[in-house]
Amino acid sequence: MARGSVVIESAHLRTLILTLQREGYQVIGPTVRDGSIVYAELSSDGDLPVGWTDEQEAGHYRLRRRDDQAVFGYAVGPHSWKRFLLPSPFVLWRARRTADGVLEETPPADAPRYAFLGVRSCDLHAIRVLDRIVLAGTAVDPIYAHRREQAFIVTVQCANFAPRTCFCVSMGTGPRATAGYDLALTELLEPGAHRFVVEIGSERGANLLAHVPHRPARAADLRAAEQAIARTATQMGRRLDTNGLKAALYANLEHPRWNDVAERCLTCGNCTMVCPTCFCFSVEDRTDLSGNVTERVRQFDVCFTTAFTYTAGTSHRHSARARYRQWVLHKLATWVDQFGTFGCVGCGRCITWCPVGIDITEEAAVLSSRRGAGAEDT
Amino acid sequence: MTAPGPVLRSLVDPFHPHPYRVVARRRETSDTVTLRLCPATDPYLPGSPGQFMMLTAFGIGEVPISLSRVPDRSGMLEHTIRAVGSVTRHLVALRPGDWVGVRGPFGTGWPLDLARGRDVLLVAGGLGFAPLRSALEAILERRQDYRRVTVLLGARTPSDVLYRQILPRWQRRNDVDLRVTVDRPDERWRGQVGVVPQLVSQVAPSFEPTETVAFICGPDVMMRFTVRELQRHGVSDDRIFLSLERNMQCGVGLCGHCQLGPFFLCKDGPVLPYSRLMPFYEVREL
Repeated sequence: MARGSVVIESAHLRTLILTLQREGYQVIGPTVRDGSIVYAELSSDGDLPVGWTDEQEAGHYRLRRRDDQAVFGYAVGPHSWKRFLLPSPFVLWRARRTADGVLEETPPADAPRYAFLGVRSCDLHAIRVLDRIVLAGTAVDPIYAHRREQAFIVTVQCANFAPRTCFCVSMGTGPRATAGYDLALTELLEPGAHRFVVEIGSERGANLLAHVPHRPARAADLRAAEQAIARTATQMGRRLDTNGLKAALYANLEHPRWNDVAERCLTCGNCTMVCPTCFCFSVEDRTDLSGNVTERVRQFDVCFTTAFTYTAGTSHRHSARARYRQWVLHKLATWVDQFGTFGCVGCGRCITWCPVGIDITEEAAVLSSRRGAGAEDT
Repeated sequence: MTAPGPVLRSLVDPFHPHPYRVVARRRETSDTVTLRLCPATDPYLPGSPGQFMMLTAFGIGEVPISLSRVPDRSGMLEHTIRAVGSVTRHLVALRPGDWVGVRGPFGTGWPLDLARGRDVLLVAGGLGFAPLRSALEAILERRQDYRRVTVLLGARTPSDVLYRQILPRWQRRNDVDLRVTVDRPDERWRGQVGVVPQLVSQVAPSFEPTETVAFICGPDVMMRFTVRELQRHGVSDDRIFLSLERNMQCGVGLCGHCQLGPFFLCKDGPVLPYSRLMPFYEVREL
């Protein structure tokens, strides 16, 4: 919850980044690479995508120049924060077979101290979803836990762009972030007054701001920020009716639409890779040439492969239909039973990055309709 | 069964195997061996009938294998392993003195508490006898706690029957009704021929359906038909327990491979009552 708000001038975004770096954080934030906005280590504010926006539709992503100097005027790109919280590939352990057969293990390196700059509301919820899975279950994943504990989160409220494939309003995950951050920025682009309203979400956040020039937020600043976020909410490009969704999907496991979508789905797994909550991993043991040193490596896995369910000579999900069904059913139904929340935060990445433009909101609407009704979502 | 062991490293970091040594190796069938494993260092791992361990063959990989004998006081335990892939081929080839990495125990065990004071029916197909063996031994250890105990075993051929050295010892007991059937007899086989679900009707008169708890482990098709038979004889779905096999990699519900509907079979299973499994188990390719 916000512990007050201040305003910093756009020029002092640089100071914010420098302060984080001085405090020992590796600052990760949005930057332009290969024609998209990805998350990478920032050396300074100069690495941020100033003056860029994106154009997103099902199976479509393009960067476009803006006619202003907005720093955060775009929706989420293909990356999400899981790539830092659940590093992949990751060496779980390394062992050596010695003359007397004893094994030595190499302790894993210390976890980096990350500051995430530009965490959108949907992604804050995605991190919270991951917390439930890897921190609150029967076993705690120490790799995630170390990174998560230390991470400093600077949220950016969604404003100044039209969210085409987003549906956070439907999922109750945005566009306004209300908790879970250390600082939350709302970018205000007024002629001659490029500034950020900064909501303070933690003690840590407040302490950091002591090193960044700022002034108290006035009522007009706060009003402008709320309006900018509210405008984003009204521009949502997609919607998904979650009312009764879980039960409807459970009741429709043999819906003809699964066959229909399977005809289009390439089972490439792009959706799982861009999804901010997809957490599945596989492990592989690798040896050196001598065969005496081995390491166990874990990396993200994709439920769209037949190998994913391969057991004792056979795969449990042969058809594309079964594999797509597993993914959607997990996101929107079984996840709720497993973790008490949807596995979808409405970020829209899977829609944008699907090479054939399969839209989860459209599929879910049909799949949760009465069997064979073929309802159109309008 | 579950010994409250000292604080285990695996509770702090679930991904690290514990070093064990092979102390004995017994060939069961042409492609299956039983390994007796002993912890190389303290502390040892606990385990209950029906639970499984993740076994690492050095430099090759890791596989889930159920406990065919639960750890004794010294932590010694047994796994029966069939060579079907690269990891199991290497495990089966291990010799006494060789190193094995062990993580676990994982998953739910057989509900012996529920079976206490009731008729118990154990139905195994092929290698499915391995996890049921640990249940049978636990039952026989406290035989007076249970009513009728019936064991139905099915195998493809006589030489695929597991634990043939110990089987006569169980068969001689008059407080256990153990029956074996094979799909394809050889010329020396004098026992029953047919699939294991057919045996249910034979023994049905001897158990009281409303007071029966059934544990089943075997190939999916065998389990499905066994469930039908049990239902036909009046055993209720919440007293029929199945042990399911899926791709399991982490053992703690984090890697996602073993999902069946809402269940992570590595932690919500592998043993689950049919009443909970039914809506998902009966859907093809779920």
